[in-house]
Amino acid sequence: MIDPSTHLAIAESFLQPMGPVAADQLRHLIIVTLLTLIAVVPVMVSMPWILWRYRRSKPKGEYRPSWESNSFLEWLMWGVPIVVVALIGVNLTIMTFRLDPYKELGKDPLQVQVIGLDWKWIFIYPDEGVALVDELVVPEGRAVELTLTTDTVMQSLQISAIVGQIYAMPAMTTKLNFRAVKQGVAEGMNSQFTGNGFWKQKFQVYSVSKEDYAARMKKAQSSDLSLTDDTYAILAMQGTSEEAKKPLAIENRKGPIEMVLGDPKIFQRVLARYMVEDMTPESQPGSPSYDPKKSPLPPASDKPMMGMEM
Amino acid sequence: MLDAIFGRLTWDSIILVQAVEQPNINTFITAGAAAMMPVGGVMIVALLTWMKWWKPLFEWLTSVDHKKIGTMYIIFAVIMLFRGVVEGMLMRANQAVGLNGGFLSSDHFNQLFTTHGTNMIFFVAMPFLFGLINIIVPLQIGARDVAFPRLNQISLGLTAAGGFLFMISLMIGEFSTGGWTGYPSFTGRLVNPGVGPDYYILAIAISGIGSTLTGVNFSVTIYKLRTAGMSFMRMPLFTWTALCTSILLIFAMPPLTACCAMLGLDRFLGFHFFTNDMGGNLMNFINLFWMFGHPEVYILILPAFGVMSEISSTFSGKRLYGYTSIVAATMCIAVLSFTVWLHHFFTMGQSATVNAAFGVATMLIAIPTGVKIYDWLATLWGGRIRFTAPMIYLCGFFVLFTIGGLSGVVLASPTLDYQLHNSQFLVAHFHNVIIPGVLFGILAGIHIWFPKIYGFRLMEGLSRITAFLWAIGFILAFMPLYQTGLMGMTRRTVAYEDPALVPWMIVSGIGALILGCAFLSILLTIFVSVLNRKKLMVPIGDPWDGRSLEWATPAPTPEWNFAVLPKVDCRDAFTDAKAKGTAYQPIEKYEDIEMPANTYYGFIIMIMASGLGFGLVWHMWWLAIASLLGAIATAITYAFLPQKQYIIPAAEVREIDEAWRRSAREGRGITRDDEGNEANQGLARPDNITNP
Repeated sequence: MIDPSTHLAIAESFLQPMGPVAADQLRHLIIVTLLTLIAVVPVMVSMPWILWRYRRSKPKGEYRPSWESNSFLEWLMWGVPIVVVALIGVNLTIMTFRLDPYKELGKDPLQVQVIGLDWKWIFIYPDEGVALVDELVVPEGRAVELTLTTDTVMQSLQISAIVGQIYAMPAMTTKLNFRAVKQGVAEGMNSQFTGNGFWKQKFQVYSVSKEDYAARMKKAQSSDLSLTDDTYAILAMQGTSEEAKKPLAIENRKGPIEMVLGDPKIFQRVLARYMVEDMTPESQPGSPSYDPKKSPLPPASDKPMMGMEM
Repeated sequence: MLDAIFGRLTWDSIILVQAVEQPNINTFITAGAAAMMPVGGVMIVALLTWMKWWKPLFEWLTSVDHKKIGTMYIIFAVIMLFRGVVEGMLMRANQAVGLNGGFLSSDHFNQLFTTHGTNMIFFVAMPFLFGLINIIVPLQIGARDVAFPRLNQISLGLTAAGGFLFMISLMIGEFSTGGWTGYPSFTGRLVNPGVGPDYYILAIAISGIGSTLTGVNFSVTIYKLRTAGMSFMRMPLFTWTALCTSILLIFAMPPLTACCAMLGLDRFLGFHFFTNDMGGNLMNFINLFWMFGHPEVYILILPAFGVMSEISSTFSGKRLYGYTSIVAATMCIAVLSFTVWLHHFFTMGQSATVNAAFGVATMLIAIPTGVKIYDWLATLWGGRIRFTAPMIYLCGFFVLFTIGGLSGVVLASPTLDYQLHNSQFLVAHFHNVIIPGVLFGILAGIHIWFPKIYGFRLMEGLSRITAFLWAIGFILAFMPLYQTGLMGMTRRTVAYEDPALVPWMIVSGIGALILGCAFLSILLTIFVSVLNRKKLMVPIGDPWDGRSLEWATPAPTPEWNFAVLPKVDCRDAFTDAKAKGTAYQPIEKYEDIEMPANTYYGFIIMIMASGLGFGLVWHMWWLAIASLLGAIATAITYAFLPQKQYIIPAAEVREIDEAWRRSAREGRGITRDDEGNEANQGLARPDNITNP
């Protein structure tokens, strides 16, 4: 079982990478910085020297008031930045393709659907029939593919120590692929401002052994809570996951909310909501007059969803 | 009935009433800010009445003189800068104690970062630059005014109307909480039904139209009103950058106006451009917004680059190195600025191909920018560098802006943007380019051109202290944010849970305090300089041994700028004239000068635009409709009225101009040794340069 107390350090940024993507990003940061320094250091070094040498009070160098051009210098001034940018550009392009968040990082990645709400995340494991709120558990070493949407305004799911971020938008899906290669806990969050509770929208990502993962899923599968229309409508109300425990009548229960996936199509139905309906302030989660009773989800649509797969 | 008159405005919308009903620190802070406006307003009215300044005030408000309009832009910007700095300090103070929650409520903090950003971009940086451009460009190209003086007044009026809406939100209602970028669907009708986003949309749309018109006006001015011999490749660099900025304004502002109008249609009339449902797509707003937003960055930075060019050559007593290179680089930046907007949303889910293309395009901008910095350094090389306040700004710019450029290259990489987007690293980056870049340029520009318009210099010592305060304050306030950004702290967060961030936030808070002192130091410098203006007079008009035409006029410059329009046959025309001894020579023939007369046009448009905005925000439809019809009627009426001119007789011009030329020829002048003291009457003598 996962015991948070054994994982004292929560990795909060890609400075403590837990996966290949974050590690590559950190390396790329260092390379880009060093390459750019080729163009920056000359400025930093020559400026004090020039100021000193040509200060009016006690100059050392010759005064050349009408000197205005030198072709060698001109080549250097354009040449150095061009070469530096070319080098970084090649590097950037390679890295952008290698670390494309849509690229799967292994065969048969673990599929997790993510619904962003104000101010919590629901992680749905369709294969396991489980939904966790503000907790993402992944087996160490296995590729994971998140498919994201939101049922409110735009959000951005970020797991710095493992992969970085991707926007999640209503009526659309985006994808984020990653792999954690170390066991441990990483902090996840929403980085796109979404209102008053925004700063509390954090969650934990546990990278655990296969056995622990299976045990965790088993525990959730035996939960007495089920993700259905009713419980979903409650979760969609503004508030953190802790605050959602009271209306769910589990206020004394410690730890993240775990549920059986009562309706396996719930992710598709959330997407479909924006295809078929003219939303009202009462039916739109995130609106100040949102009313859970007046916002039934429609059946899942057969129409292809609007994605960002360009 | 009341609803028809007041729309959705009620007693509770008034901030001062809220403070009485729910007294707490947040309502007190807002109420204090709100109270400053009526109190300040009453004080200003009393002062105007007491000093009998009403008539001169209206002479200013109705003036079409580019120097007066420029001055009004700058005064407006300084007032708004005060608000912006206070907001910044409040936010940093809250962050310094923000572990698990500071003293500000989330809602208050959200409004603060929204107003701070909106304010600093639209009502501080842009008016400052428009002020400088207004004052200096006609002088640099040897013109008597801009191409469309009345349009210029309307631009100012629309900017002021936007500023009015922005400021009135402090007293009545609330401002948006959606950040200066105002992304829907957060700012949409369903999620944010209040008046905040409406204030935001209307304030920036109305001032944005003013900015578009400014762009048109200055493009035409620079194309058409250059004096004889002033070919493009002889224009001073500041004018070049003003031209590029004007072109950018023409092309970049319409997407902003369009996306504001579309969001307005969504909000007011239930359209579905950017809604979640019915085929609306919020990504289109983001796209349009940054199609404006990225060129906007260069709209701001290019004139500052122009100022840096002027400083580097003037204060090292040397010709600008690589003029052609810098002009080419400026144009490169202007064109490239339209090709990179997508880097503001690398994380929106598009393909790697798209991201890589825009990442590379973004980094291309680093090339011309780097070239410019090298060129300015080369300008200093072989010069005789004087460490005046503008030179301090330039040196601060070299070091700090370059760091901002470095972090810009980091952020240009989509791979890294997946980590650093929306983080404090980003906050550090854009402050790092805007403060040492744009603001340093503005402040240095004000320092060098102030004596041109008002006749006296600013105190040199105090200006240097101001420059250092800005630099130190900036370093302390924003360098820590690079670190906290790498540590995973997001922007726009009212509180945080990681204790490791606390020391960085405290340092940043101290930096904000120093930035507050830096702002006060500007006011102090101006105040003390006004008190000592007799000693700081530079009547001949050339206090820095200047190089371009604006220095070939007296200080303060007469309203007609040039008694006789100058002829130019090289770059650095005034330096050339001084070297050949042709400067200040008597002129044989003076002619009557025709100048545009004062008009209420811009003032009326300002009132109408403010009424339109306020009426729309509060759903007072009668006010909105009446104001709109009034504005249209005003425009039609003025279009049919003959544009009034007034004639300044040749004899009057002759008398004033000859007296000035005579005193310049008879004066001894000073070398650069005496630049900073009383002997500086604005007449430069050839410098006593020694070679080692």
